[in-house]
Parts: sequence; C-alpha cells; structure tokens
Amino acid sequence: MQTRLHVNGTTHHLDIDPRTTLLDALRDHLRLTGSKKGCDHGQCGACTVLLNGRRINACLALACMHDHDEIITIEGLGGPDDLSPLQAAFVAHDGYQCGYCTPGQICSATAMLEEMADGWPSHVTDDLTGATKPDATEISERMSGNLCRCSAYPNIVDAILAVAAERTRA
Amino acid sequence: MSEHHKMDAPDHARRLDDMAQGLIGTAMDRPDGPLKVSGTATYAHEWAVDNLCHGVLARATVPTGRVSDVAAQDILDRPGILAVITDRRLLRNPAQGGAGEAPVQDPSRIAYFGQPIALVVAETFEAARDAAASLRIDYEETEGTYRPEDAAFETPEDKQSSQGDLDAAMAQAAHSIDVTYTTPGHNSAAMEPHGAIASWDGDDLVLRGSYQMLKHNRKEIADSLGIDPANVRLLSPYVGGGFGSKLGIAPEAVAAALAARDLGRPVSVALSRQQVFETTMRRSETRQRIRLAADAEGRLTGIGHDAWVSNLPGETFAEPATQATPFLYGGENRQIGFHVARLNRTCAGSVRAPGEAVGVTVLENAMDELAEATGVDPVDLRRRNIPDTDPSTGKPFSSHTLRRALDDGATRFGWNQRQRPGTRREGDWLIGLGMACATRVNILAEARARVSLTADGRAVVETDMTDIGTGTYAILTQIAGEMLGLPLDRVTTRLGDTDLPPGSGSGGSMGASSTGSAVYLACRNLRAQIAARLDCAETDLTLKDGKAIAANKTTDLAGLSDGTLTAEGHIEPGKTREETRQATFGTFFTEVAVNAVTGETRVRRMQGTFAAGRILNHKTARSQCIGGMTFGIGMALTEELMHDPRDGHIVNRDLAEYHMPVNADVPQIDVVLLDERDDWASPIQAKGIGELSICGAGAAITNAIYNASGVRVRDYPASLDKILAGLDDGRG
Ligand code: FES
Ligand code: FES
Repeated sequence: MQTRLHVNGTTHHLDIDPRTTLLDALRDHLRLTGSKKGCDHGQCGACTVLLNGRRINACLALACMHDHDEIITIEGLGGPDDLSPLQAAFVAHDGYQCGYCTPGQICSATAMLEEMADGWPSHVTDDLTGATKPDATEISERMSGNLCRCSAYPNIVDAILAVAAERTRA
Repeated sequence: MSEHHKMDAPDHARRLDDMAQGLIGTAMDRPDGPLKVSGTATYAHEWAVDNLCHGVLARATVPTGRVSDVAAQDILDRPGILAVITDRRLLRNPAQGGAGEAPVQDPSRIAYFGQPIALVVAETFEAARDAAASLRIDYEETEGTYRPEDAAFETPEDKQSSQGDLDAAMAQAAHSIDVTYTTPGHNSAAMEPHGAIASWDGDDLVLRGSYQMLKHNRKEIADSLGIDPANVRLLSPYVGGGFGSKLGIAPEAVAAALAARDLGRPVSVALSRQQVFETTMRRSETRQRIRLAADAEGRLTGIGHDAWVSNLPGETFAEPATQATPFLYGGENRQIGFHVARLNRTCAGSVRAPGEAVGVTVLENAMDELAEATGVDPVDLRRRNIPDTDPSTGKPFSSHTLRRALDDGATRFGWNQRQRPGTRREGDWLIGLGMACATRVNILAEARARVSLTADGRAVVETDMTDIGTGTYAILTQIAGEMLGLPLDRVTTRLGDTDLPPGSGSGGSMGASSTGSAVYLACRNLRAQIAARLDCAETDLTLKDGKAIAANKTTDLAGLSDGTLTAEGHIEPGKTREETRQATFGTFFTEVAVNAVTGETRVRRMQGTFAAGRILNHKTARSQCIGGMTFGIGMALTEELMHDPRDGHIVNRDLAEYHMPVNADVPQIDVVLLDERDDWASPIQAKGIGELSICGAGAAITNAIYNASGVRVRDYPASLDKILAGLDDGRG
C-alpha cells in the first residue's frame, strides 16, 4: 500500500506491504539502518526512534499508521562528523561496546531528558511536585527500557549525566 | 616481509615500554565510536545489496524424530514466495567454537524442539515470515531425553583426575564442607540477532554475517556447503555482541548461502530473537558438588569438584565447570569428576567464559561456606590458601596477582565494615557484604596481521580479526601507533574480512593478546625497515608524532620511502604455555540489600579489581569488566533458561521472559585494573580480560545475600521465592 513517511525532515513515498513495521520500513526500505532490531517485540528498545518528539519502539508500530507524524531516527540526531552532545558523550564515556543497542539508547536518552525537563516523574522520583533531579538513580530507572547486553549501563548513565549537567548550566 | 615469533621463552625485553608515542594503555576513545553512535556502522543484516530477497527459517515443533513431509507446495502458490529450501546441508545447530568444519547437518532428523527444518524465501520479509509460520511440517516422533534427572551420564576418562586421598583428607579435616549447587542454562543474548546476507558470483560466495572467528567460520561454511574455503569471503566488520554465540557458523548463514545459490540472487536471513534462544548455543545447566577439607586455621588440605553438565548427542563440547579448580587454591588432595548427559535440548556451547563463569562461582560459594564454618574472615581464608606454584602440576605461575587483588579490593571497598550475617538492617532492607575471587585460564592463539606504512606516513592495520564490542579497533590502533610513533588519526585499522591475514578471532579472551601480538610483530619489522633506511639499529630508533629520531637527526616518516612499506606479523603459542600455568586473577566485593518482606535483592555497590597483564586500553578494558560483572548480576539474581520437562523446549525464549539485567539493576560499578606485565603470556605482556570479570561475580552477590539475610541459596538464580522460603525457615 502507498505510505508516506516524514523522516529526519524528508518526505518519502513508499509502496509497501501493509504488515511492514515502522522499523522495517526505516531499515529495509529507506536504508536507515541506524535503528536496530534486537527483538522485534517491544522488549529491548534497540529500535527506539522519536515520534513527534517522544520515544517509541519502532518495531511495535506499523509504518502505514504514521504518515502524518514527524519521525527522527539516530541519523537525524547527528552524523559521525557532527555528533549531538549525547552522541559525543557516549563516545567520551564509552557508553557502548558492540554498539548495537546504542542508537536506541541515544534516541531514548534524547527524549528522556525532555521528559525530565517537562517534569514527568518516574518510579523513583520522591518529590512529585518539584523539578526532578537528574542523578544516577533517576537516569538508570528511566533508561531501563533499553537493554544493553554488553552492559555499558554505568557508562551510559555517566554520559547522560554529563549532558544533563551541561544543559542545566546552559 | 614477515616477522614470525613462537612464544618459546618469556619476553623480558618489554619493547612496548620503550616506545615514545604514549598511546598504549591510555583510555583512548574507540576510533569506531562516531560510527556506532550515529548509526552508520554497518552490521551483518544491514548491507545495501541489490535484488535482495528474504528468508525465514521454519522450526521443528516436536523435540525428537524425523520429518516425514514438508508441505512446501501449499505456500509456494502464494504471491511473492520464491522457494522452500529443505536441503540436507542445512545445519542442525551452530558449529562449536574453533571447529573449522561443518556441525551436524540434515534437518530431517530432529534432535531438539525449535531446530531449523526449512528456509522459506520470499520477495518481502513480511511474506516470508507469514509463510514460514504457516508451513505445515509432518513428523514421525520418537522418544527423547529432556531432563538431566532422566539422563544416563557419561564419565569421560580424560576428564577425571585425582591426586592424594580426598576421602581421607575429608575424614581427618578439622573443618569440612560438602555441598551441591545447581546453575541453570544461560543464553548469550547478544543484542544483535544472528543475520546473514549471501551472494554468489559464479562459484564464489560472499557472506556478510555476524561472526567472531572468521578464519574458522570460513572453513565451517565451506565444509557445510561442500565447496573450497578459497571460494568463500566472509565479512563481519561490526558485530553486535557475541559472548560465544557467534563463535561457530550457524544455521542462518548456510541457509542463506544455499538459497542464494538456488535462486541465483542474494538472500538475507536473520534469526528472530526467539530463534536465537532456540537454535544458538545455551550454556549447559550444571550440578556441582564441592568438597573442601581444611585444618583448624582454614588451610585447605583437600578439594573435590564434581560437575554434571549436558549436551546434544554427538556434540564434543561440555561446559568445563571444573577448569580452574586444579590451580586456584592449594591443598595436597584433589579430585575432579566430570559427567555429561545427552539431552534433547538446544545445543550447549560457549557462553561468556565457559567453565569458570559457573565453576568458579560455585567454588567461591563453597569457600564462603568454609569461612563461615571455620570462623575465618573470607578474605583471610583466600589469602591463606594462595598456592606458590600450580598445586596440580608443580609448574610456576607466569604471574600471580590474587593477593594484590584481595588487598587492594578489600581496602578500596571497605570490607572491614562487614558484620555477622543477618545483623544489619535499614527499614525493610537487610544489608550484607560479600566477596569472591576471580580467575580464568589464559590462552595465546596463532594470529597474523599486516601493517603497512604508506609513503605519506600513515599506517594501515589489516587482519580478519573481529571487534565484537571488545575494543579491537582501539587496541590494534594503539599498538601500531605506539610502535610506529604515529598519532591516532594517522592509523587506520581494518577488520572482519577473510581477504585479510587471519587473526585469532574473538573468543576465549585471547583476541587482544594474540592478534595484538601479531600487530606488534609486524610493527617491529617495519621499525627495522625504517632503521635500515636511516642506517641505524632498530633499538636506537625513536618514533614519535610521525617523525623518526636517530643519532640526533629527525626525519619525517612521510616521504621516508617512495612506496608503501609492509610487514606481516605472525604469532604462535610455544613452550611458555607448557612451562607455566597462565591465568588471570581478580576479586569482587559487593553490597546488597535484601528485602525482608518481598525477598527482592538489590545490588547497591559492586567493586572489581583485576589483573590481566598489560592493559592495552584502560577505557575498553574497564568496560569489558563492567560487562562481565553485569553478567554475574544476571546469573546471581535473574537469568535462567526454563525448559518444559515434557519436551525440553525453552519456555522463556524472549527478552521479556529471560531476564537479563536492565540499567536499574546495575549500580555504578567500580573497576580497578592492576598494573602488571606477564612476560610469559605474549610479547606485548598482555593477557585476556573479556571473561575474567564474570568468573566468580555471581558468588560475590549470593555470598552477600547470605551475609545480609542468613539465607544460603544453592540453586541459582537467587530469586525472590527462594530467598523468601529461606527467610521463612529462619523465622520458623
Ligand atoms: S526491536 Fe523493538 S523493542 Fe526490541
Ligand atoms: S553496546 Fe552492545 S548491547 Fe549495548
């Protein structure tokens, strides 16, 4: 079926099987292979992309249901020569090893910092009225939908904390 | 030019220490980092290949028997379906690590539930997936053995050993421990599922796959297909994690190659996450009995370790759970027993640190029980039992750092704050500290690498070695940069292509020291070539920042030669392997909180101190250690393959049901890497580090659970139900 996808600022017209997930449309049809497939069942977060600024699992979405949405993938956040602050922090803090969960982690963290800035509480937030404090416990909790078998978790937390501190200063 | 070195004698020269560039050992960022964080590193299933079609494997839904019919015609009539491949050359299961030949083939004979039977190929992935799911397969079922409890165990003669008289030592001991622990099966669960794209050009196959040991994998796929390895090119420049699961060629690769040949067009096949669980290697479940005999001060007089593991019929691999018991602690009387059951369960093979991961863990639990029995502090108990030489063979250790790791780790962690079991409480939380030792055998493997110095003063490192997240791109770049005096941006490392010289591959923690040594040797040869051009001795040459300094004269490396200077390094293990016991050592210290109401355990602090010879990159080595310790958290608390007792099938075959640690389960782990050189291990004085940090980690956590709650869980993982039952017993 005819599907229109608006990805990283570009509109694409695709003629694809209606069963095609957003993840497979990105990877197989638009050749945006930065979004990864770790489970295809919404269990790992490797496929995380931004849909109208919010993080979602692209493997749980059908491409044809998102022709009015603004999708940002890891490729839209920054390329190897112009890394976003989070991408650069992941390199500096070794927030990855094999790199397969990494685009999902970074997309997820990008949206997560906005959620915190918007005052969304998490399971470990003590004070539901004030601003949430980006500490290791908060970040760990909020990033637990993104699995990393290499376990870069402590380094991922450090990378995100560094960017969060930078944002607070700015 | 070629530089060959056989490790027949220790290398006390330590030439890397003489170099001037200052790259080696530093916490340099990975050169592959910007590609990985921007999603532009290309993994196996991501290559842009024209005219690609898609294959999905169909699986056996009975555990044992024979396929009587595959109703291919039913689905071949559907639009977009191109082929149903039932070729006898399809694999039953992946090859074992380093096999270099085809594993068991012929999918019509079924040995376990979930075994691949056929490949359905279609124009689109969606059509192939749907057709594979509905492909009707008829079976003639036979009886099988699905539970260790029902199996007859083989006791292979070469895997038993005995010295002294353990029974007598146990009888005479002031204190003795005789305990049995069980550990469940584990899955590597690398985040990238196995995937392959096969394309043929005449008789030549190009396979883009996700593999750890390309020089072996090339032979394995060639043997599986019945072709010459020279006709196979394997490409794996980026691998999304391995942990053993990608050591040997697996069903998806052979299926893709067969289909691509039949159809005359490229075919891609990826395993689903469920198929990764069902058809790639599991770590065998183990039952382990440990006997410890000690004098009144806790000095060991005897150690016994018996292990019961399992695998499919016909498989040679057996989880070597007793591997470190011959040398970790002293004691004159020692007995090792090893037993293997033939079960119709998913194939057992290497999962991160096969052997020590579960074997040292259980031994370290037993040592904690001995500490309790003798009243000796657990750290002191280990100190008292460090052997001077390998107690089983009398050979010297190439290096031994356990005492240092114990001292440093205990001080840094604050071990002296440990209290008697069950005496520290914060609200509903019972708090405890635990520790364990780490050890892993060290291996040097044959490896080759080529290094070229171009006319414009840049170096290119080339080998078929892989980087599975371990940091190979970083460390090989550092070794070449250090030896040739080149800054990071003037060294390029190319990996994962069988057209390049065969490295060691990634597995058994041997990649860095083995392939790193090959790169070092190539660079040493290049240094000699440079020295010859400058008319000086290689040892009088200083290379730094792209310049050569000899006899007070500075020459640019760019322009030194009109053409490219090239050398191939070739390392082979030699006599030092036989003359010494080579191992890596470390310690773990943990603080846990056990909830007295729910039985939940939280790891609040975790500290690891490790020594593995020269550390080539502090950043990537530390990350490896964090990864291993996290596997330990999973092993201790949540990870467990569950098999249906009726047919052996894996019930929890996805990431929602197989519980690997998530971010919130892992504290900000503290890692210390001790400075060490092991001259016997390799000419770069490095040993393996990737697996050491899982070997015993789980015991540090379960020992802490005991210290917190007084509950000793001997059946891994220490899940809430088992801890609660223990707490109830204690109260009752
Ligand atoms: S691939 Fe989408 S959550 Fe795992
Ligand atoms: S970096 Fe390998 S899974 Fe996260």
